[in-house]
Parts: sequence; structure tokens; C-alpha cells
Amino acid sequence: MDRTQLIADLERICGPTNVRSVPSDLLVYEYDGSVDGAVDTERPLAVVLPDSTEQVSAVVKLASHNGIPVVARGAGTGLSGGAVARGGGIIIALTRMERVLRVDPVSRTALVEPGVINLELSQLVAGQGMFFAPDPSSQKACTIGGNVAENSGGPHCLKYGVTTNHILGLEVVLHDGDVVWIDAHGPGAAGLDLVAILVGSEGMLGIATKVLVRLMPSPDSVHVHLAAFGSMDDAAAAVTSIIGAGILPASLEMMDHLTIEAVEPAYHAGYPMDAAAVLLVEVDGTRQEVAETSDRIAALCREVGATSFRSAASPAEQELLWKGRKMALAAMGRLAPNYYLHDTVVPRTKLTETLQSVNDISRDFGLPIANVFHAGDGNLHPLMLFDRRRDGDVEKVLEASHALIHACIEVGGALSGEHGIGSEKRGYMELVFTRDDLVAMAGVKDAFDPRGLLNPEKVLPKGYVCGEVRALHNQAMAQKHGIHPM
Amino acid sequence: MATEASAIEQTVAEAERALRGYSGHDVPDDKLLRDCVHCGMCLPTCPTYRLTGSEASSPRGRLWMMRAVADGRLDLLDDAFDEQMYQCLNCRACEAVCPSGVQYGPLVEAARSQLEQHRPRPAWQRVARRVALRFPFDDVRRMRAMVSGLKLYQRSPLPGLLRKSGILRLLRLETLEAMVPPVREPALISGEESWEPDAATNRAHLFNGCVMSTVFSDVNRAAGRSLAHNGYATNVPARQQCCGALFVHAGMMDEARRLARINIDAFESAGEGKIVVTAAGCGAALKEYDHLLKDDASYRIRAKAFSDRVVDVSELLGTGDLVQPGGDVSLDVTFQEPCHLAHAQRISRQPRTILEAIPGLTLTEMRESSLCCGSAGIYNIIRRDMADGLGDRKAESVRDTGVSTVVTANPGCHMQLRTSLRRNGVEADVIHIAQLLDRAYGGQHAAERGDWAFTRGDAPHQSTGKS
Ligand SMILES: Cc1cc2nc3c(=O)[nH]c(=O)nc-3n(C[C@H](O)[C@H](O)[C@H](O)COP(=O)(O)OP(=O)(O)OC[C@H]3O[C@@H](n4cnc5c(N)ncnc54)[C@H](O)[C@@H]3O)c2cc1C
Ligand code: SF4
Ligand code: SF4
Repeated sequence: MDRTQLIADLERICGPTNVRSVPSDLLVYEYDGSVDGAVDTERPLAVVLPDSTEQVSAVVKLASHNGIPVVARGAGTGLSGGAVARGGGIIIALTRMERVLRVDPVSRTALVEPGVINLELSQLVAGQGMFFAPDPSSQKACTIGGNVAENSGGPHCLKYGVTTNHILGLEVVLHDGDVVWIDAHGPGAAGLDLVAILVGSEGMLGIATKVLVRLMPSPDSVHVHLAAFGSMDDAAAAVTSIIGAGILPASLEMMDHLTIEAVEPAYHAGYPMDAAAVLLVEVDGTRQEVAETSDRIAALCREVGATSFRSAASPAEQELLWKGRKMALAAMGRLAPNYYLHDTVVPRTKLTETLQSVNDISRDFGLPIANVFHAGDGNLHPLMLFDRRRDGDVEKVLEASHALIHACIEVGGALSGEHGIGSEKRGYMELVFTRDDLVAMAGVKDAFDPRGLLNPEKVLPKGYVCGEVRALHNQAMAQKHGIHPM
Repeated sequence: MATEASAIEQTVAEAERALRGYSGHDVPDDKLLRDCVHCGMCLPTCPTYRLTGSEASSPRGRLWMMRAVADGRLDLLDDAFDEQMYQCLNCRACEAVCPSGVQYGPLVEAARSQLEQHRPRPAWQRVARRVALRFPFDDVRRMRAMVSGLKLYQRSPLPGLLRKSGILRLLRLETLEAMVPPVREPALISGEESWEPDAATNRAHLFNGCVMSTVFSDVNRAAGRSLAHNGYATNVPARQQCCGALFVHAGMMDEARRLARINIDAFESAGEGKIVVTAAGCGAALKEYDHLLKDDASYRIRAKAFSDRVVDVSELLGTGDLVQPGGDVSLDVTFQEPCHLAHAQRISRQPRTILEAIPGLTLTEMRESSLCCGSAGIYNIIRRDMADGLGDRKAESVRDTGVSTVVTANPGCHMQLRTSLRRNGVEADVIHIAQLLDRAYGGQHAAERGDWAFTRGDAPHQSTGKS
């Protein structure tokens, strides 16, 4: 099919103003939130902005008929290149599908379109005493569809679980454009739990067009505490003793000195500038429960040598303490022009050991590394700070990353806690998984998407999706459609 | 295959050589451009992105395009670039939320200046732009003449007749006509009025503005009285001009610089004291004179000193020190935060402090109170569709609060709100925060009670030097 015809057909489906096809319009769809250098940018063949399931289905049908890959895109805050169209397919941007279709306060559920912004859903239902628990730091901007695809997590997932624990059903457009509704399994259900497979599948198995989410009742009482420590070890020890005491805080976040240096001048959140590390602890529940737990946590922190322990007195102060944490990633722009964020998970017991390795790598490569992470579940977020324009910096970062990932895997860690594999980390998959594992995953992919047209060249390493063959095919197609890599 | 690929590379290389990049003055600062790590956190706050869902209409998309021009990957004169640089409302909402501290405003202004310098425009367009922008804003006297003409027009039977006849629609002047509120008071002429409290503790110099001093002279007087009530001996320095914001927004930097120098001179000779502004858009521009004149050796330092003196009237008064108003103003209000107050100047708390201090007044917050109403300088005149979309969205938010009055602090918002509310059949008045405060202090009558001395027609040296 020639390109002009394709664009005309897409325009017929979505309306002419909702299709982008000239190179300068496609330019802004060549990236997502991933770090420069870690993920290559790539211009899609076309972008469509549908506003209904029918339109999504028709676009996928058309693409499938012509053997053109499609890539779903939410807000494009993803950090592993997931929404970048490898090999130049059609991007289906779901940003116009942002309606909340139904809120049911009795069953505590909401049916939403995929483009609904995470935080805005929580804000909408706050008045009814509910919230959507998965709270990635990007929650102000990222979409529920993106959360589903990445199985996103956030600080509160320590207590409430990640996205998959909050998805009750999905409407999905399949590889050939068919639309199906699938329910998540309650206890005792039989058969395969397909929702569990789809959540976290990074847009490779289908495109979610409606999402039925679980809403949680807002807790009666919330306390937020900030504990400062003279060393990272002390802070890690505090984490171990809190969890070891059988306490399950709503969240348990750690930030090191470098992070404090980026955040405090920007937001004046009240983090002590001389601390080596701070822990941000949130406790929620009934009033009495929260008061008691807070006292215990304060005592445990002091026991392991906290240099200060402060509790936010008002909701405004709580928000400020949180702001420092939630904005930490992005505030790194103040320390260095570029950062490379890792998302490895290590067993909690290996936290101290791993932090030491991170420290060594930072020293060996002469690369500042900031640590800001979900300490409660061992999800590290080491941030390597660099300047892309300085000679050799990018190479240094990539080498250091390699070392870091190896170090984490050696202690039994995983590649990604929540940001997904995408194209960024697919090269590392063979480090963690055996050939058999990968073949099994490729089998699942194959069952959902036999021709490999849904978000190609993601997650599964080359060779498991006939990578080389497909790359050649895509190249040929790009040439045929007159898309020039720039 | 290999030859084909190299053929493509060659075409691409050729095309790239033909791409025009930045040159001349006001080149977007490369370092600032690269502060953007394309995280996307700014997207939901951007009004044009919210309306379209389109990445090109987002701050991140616009910054990426600016960067692509710098990198020689996009032609400066590409239509898509031009479209996006001017579709942006320059509301600065993105800047206020950006965790990486990207200075979006100066970047988009520089990009626009590049387009102004390099874009070949048909001669008629150049003339039209000159007339539309330069004529009224270049000299306050011209604005005054236009507005007194407007006042005569408003008082005559002409508006009704013209509206009925369809001539306004024909000339596309409907919006403009509907936007302008009735002009109630004579223009406030700089250098001619001042407000003196009995025991002045401080001095303030009112920035008069072009639209504020003419269409909204009643607001400026209300501000003068309120300042006096708070112990500020307030004058309106002579020889000041329009702030130049509209030129900056349009990328017409030289015109803006000319006005900036005049204003710096005028307020320097007025002596010490805060420079108080009643229009958020002017305030934001005045606070950035230091940036505007950073390459001007003889004005750079003076511009910084000037900018440091600038405060919005609500910023100055909306603190714990506000003199408690005695009068009762029974109104249900909501507050529309002007972009250039909330985002560009980060002033959000202080106006609310004022509103909360007014006895009898009930403040109901609306949804998205800091989302742009679609005014953005002259945007609502040149980009009707987008502006109307935002205006409608705003009108709905107001409707849902059920209030009778919308409080704002900028003439552009004031006018845009008026039209949007009217178009959507929402019956609510629009009022400037200084007018409300003034009313709570007893307004003009307070002067008569002798709370402070109001002088009109003083010799110029008195209003500029004495107070
Ligand atoms: C500053 C910052 C902080 C972050 N913090 C966190 C964090 O704390 N925790 C966390 O988990 N992540 C975090 N992220 C990563 C990112 O925000 C999440 O992965 C988020 O869920 C992505 O949502 P999105 O709408 O931006 O998706 P996109 O980036 O647009 O897409 C991500 C992936 O989802 C797929 N996709 C999108 N929509 C659909 C759909 N409807 N159906 C099928 N596939 C779809 C895309 O194809 C792509 O593969 C952060 C990112 C940034 C920039
Ligand atoms: S402007 Fe700021 S918030 Fe927006 S994408 Fe760039 S870095 Fe992120
Ligand atoms: S200034 Fe306003 S309209 Fe322009 S990009 Fe920023 S948020 Fe959007």
C-alpha cells in the first residue's frame, strides 16, 4: 500500500485533524521520557489520535492488513523507550481518550479510558473518600493505560501493591483489530487469568481501550515522617528494622545526600542539607493505629542512630515533604544536564551491600550517582549524572550501567522494578533469563501477536522475535513509505 | 541495498544543509534548551495540550522542536514550527511545574524573535502587524485617544446598531467589541494623580500601563487608594509607557527594549520605593527587564535594579500586614488566577489572603483555577478557536461554582472572561481584586472621610518627586 493511500485511510478513520504524517509533525513523537542516549529516538511512520475504541480497532485492522506495526502511546513519560516506534510503525496516541466513564462508590471501582491521567482520577474520586493506589512519581502526567502496560508502581505500592493488583478488567484491541473484554480473576475463578498477563506487557500483546480499576478507601489518618541519618548504612539499617519489626508502612522511601542537594534548593521541602541520607516514612490507617505505629517507627529510627526525626504537622507540610521525593527524579536537571536512571530491584537484605557496590562503581567510573528509591521493597533508583555533550560521558555511563546491572543481578536482583524493559534493557534480558525462559515468553507473544506487529523490538532480545529479519523488513518498508531516518 | 541506503543518506544530508537554523540576535539559549529532559511532567498543565492531546502542542514538543532547529534537524521556517511557536499562549504554566527548572518563557520568546527576524512576510502582513501592535502600544497617548473614542462609541447608540446590522461580524470585530468592558472613568494620566495617607510609612510608584490606565483606570485608582490605606504614599510617575509585554510575546524585541529603557528612566527619576503593578501580564514583563536588556551594557544593571523593585499589588498587600478592611462586601466569588501571576510570577497565595480578609466575602475555588482562560495577550484575537475552547472550559468551571463574581488581576483575563461567560450564558461579573479590596475599604468615600488625601492635577514635580 502506498503511503498517501495509508494516510488517507487513517484520516478517514480518525478525521483529518487527528492524523500526523509530515516529518516535522512526526518529530515530536520520536521520543518518550527515556534518557537521551539510552534509547534511540525514531520517527514513526504516522501518528493517529483516535477518540474511541472503534477508531483504535479500525486503525489496528488497517495496519494489520498491511503488515504495518502499531505502537500505543499514553503520555510518553515511559523510561524504557516503550512508546518509541521501533522500525517506524504507526503510533496510536491515546491522549484524547481521557474520559472517566463510570465511578461506582459502592463497589469502589471506576471504568476509565486509557488516556485518563493517574492523579486526576484520584482527585476526581477523592470527594467520595477513595483513591487509585498505584502512584508513580510521574502520576501528575502519566496515563492509566501506560500504568497498565508498564505495571507501574510507586511509593505506596509497598503497602497497596502495584498496578496489577488494582486492575479488575480490560477492554483490549487485539493484533487484528478485534475488540475483547477480559475480567480479572477473583479468588476461586477458573481458567487463565489474562488480565494478569496483559498488565505489564508493555503494549506488546494488545492495546487497552478501557480499564476497570479498583479504588481504595482513603485512610482515616495519615502521618508523614522524615528521618535523617549520618550514613547510608544507618538509613538502610532503619529500613531493615522497621520491616523486621513487622510494620508495614504505606511507604518507605530513601534519598541520599546528592539527591537532597538537588531537591532541597528547588523545593525547600525541609530535608536537612547535611544528612547523608533521609528516610521518608508514611503511615496510614485508623487514628490510633497510625499514632502507635508512628511512635514505634520513631523509636526504631533513633535506635539505629537517626540524627533527626520530624513529623509533618499539617497536610500542607506532608505534601511538601512528598514533593521533594516525587520531584526528585526530575530535579536532577539542576545537578547535571543528563541523567540515566536505573530501576533495578534487589532483595531487601542485600540493600547495604548493593549500595556499597553502587558507591564503588561511582568512584571507579568517576561518575556521580544519586540514589533515590523505594527502600521498603528494595527497588533501587540509582541515577547516573552526566553531560551528554562532554566527550566520552555517554560511553562511560553505558559501561557503568553495565557494571551496575551485573552487580545487582549477582545479588539476586531483577532488571526492572517498574519502568519496564522496553528497548532500553532488552539487551540485558539474557543476563537474567535462560534461553528456555525467553522462548516461553516469545511463545506468549506469538499467541497474542503472531506477526509481531504490536510494539515490535521491545522487551524480548534480538533473536527471540526474529529481530534481525524484522529490522530488515522494517527498513525496507520505511524506505518504501519514504520515511528517512534523520 | 547498500547503495540505496547511501543514496538516502545523501539526500538527507543535502536536505539538512538547506535547513535554516538560528542566527542574528535573540537566539534561544542552547544551554537552557538542553535543560529539558523530556520527562513530560509539564504536559497536563499546558492548555493547548489539554485541548488537543497533541504532543506538538505541548511544552515538551515545542522545546523539542526548538532544539531540532538548533541541531539542524528542522527548518526554522517550517510551518509546523511557526504554528507551534505562536499557538503557545506563553502562559508559563509549564515553567511553573517543570522540575528541571526549564525557563520556557525566554526560550519561546527568543524563538518568536527568530521568526520575526527571518520569516519573509507578505508586505501587507508586515504593515498590519505594525499597525495592530505598534500603533496603540508604542505610545500611551495613542492608546488614550483610542479608548476615549471607544468610550464615546460605547455611550452612543452605535454598538446596538452595529451589532444588529451584522457589520461587526463582517469586520470580525465582534469579539473585540464584546471583550471591552464599559469604560467608566477618565484615563489616569501618569504624573497627574497621587494618594497620600496621613502618616505614610512607605512609598509606592504605580505602574500605569496602557490598557490599565485607559480601559481600566478605575482599577488603577482603586489600587492607589488601597495602597494609601496601607500606609503607602503612592504616585504615578510621569513619562512611563506601556510595559512592552505584547511586543515580547510577539517576538518584537527591539520595540520592547525601547519601551523598557523609557520605563527604567521614568521610575529611576521617581525615586525609591516599590513599583506596584495592577496587571499580571505587565508585572511579569517588568520583572524580566533584566533578561530583556541583558546584552545592553548601559542598561543591564539598572534593569536588574528596576526588576527587583517590581511587585504585583496583591503580592505587596496580600500578607499578614494587610490593614484589615472594615466594610462588608457580601459576594460569592471565585478566583481566576492569571497565568502571568500564578505561573510567571508564582503568586498564588497572596491574592487569596486578600480575599479571605474581606468581611462578608465567600471564596469558592473553581476547578483548574490556574489553567489559562485563553486570553494570553492578544492571543484571543489572533487565535480564536483555541482561545474560545479555553474560554468555554473556563466558563463551565465558573458555572459549576455557582458564584456571582469572578475575581481576577489582569486586563486580558478580565476581557476574555467577560466574553467567555457571556457566550456561554453564565451570569457572573468580572472584577479586579484591587477593586474588591478598595470597596471593602470604603472606596472613594473613604477619601472623603479624610482617610487620606487624594490629589489630582498636582504639578508634575509633586506627583513624581514629593510623595
Ligand atoms: C519523572 C518520572 C518519574 C517516574 N516515576 C515512576 C515511578 O515512580 N514508578 C513507575 O512505575 N514509573 C515511573 N515512571 C515511568 C512512567 O511514568 C510510567 O511507566 C508510566 O506508567 C508510563 O505512562 P505513560 O502514559 O507515560 O505511558 P507511555 O510512556 O506513553 O507508554 C509506556 C508503554 O505503555 C504502552 N502503552 C501506553 N498506553 C497503552 C495502552 N492503552 N495499551 C497498551 N499499551 C499502552 C506503550 O506502548 C509503552 O510501551 C516515571 C517517569 C518519569 C518521567
Ligand atoms: S519542560 Fe520540564 S517538565 Fe517539561 S518535559 Fe522538559 S524537563 Fe520535563
Ligand atoms: S507557555 Fe503555556 S501554552 Fe505555552 S507551552 Fe507552556 S503551558 Fe503550554
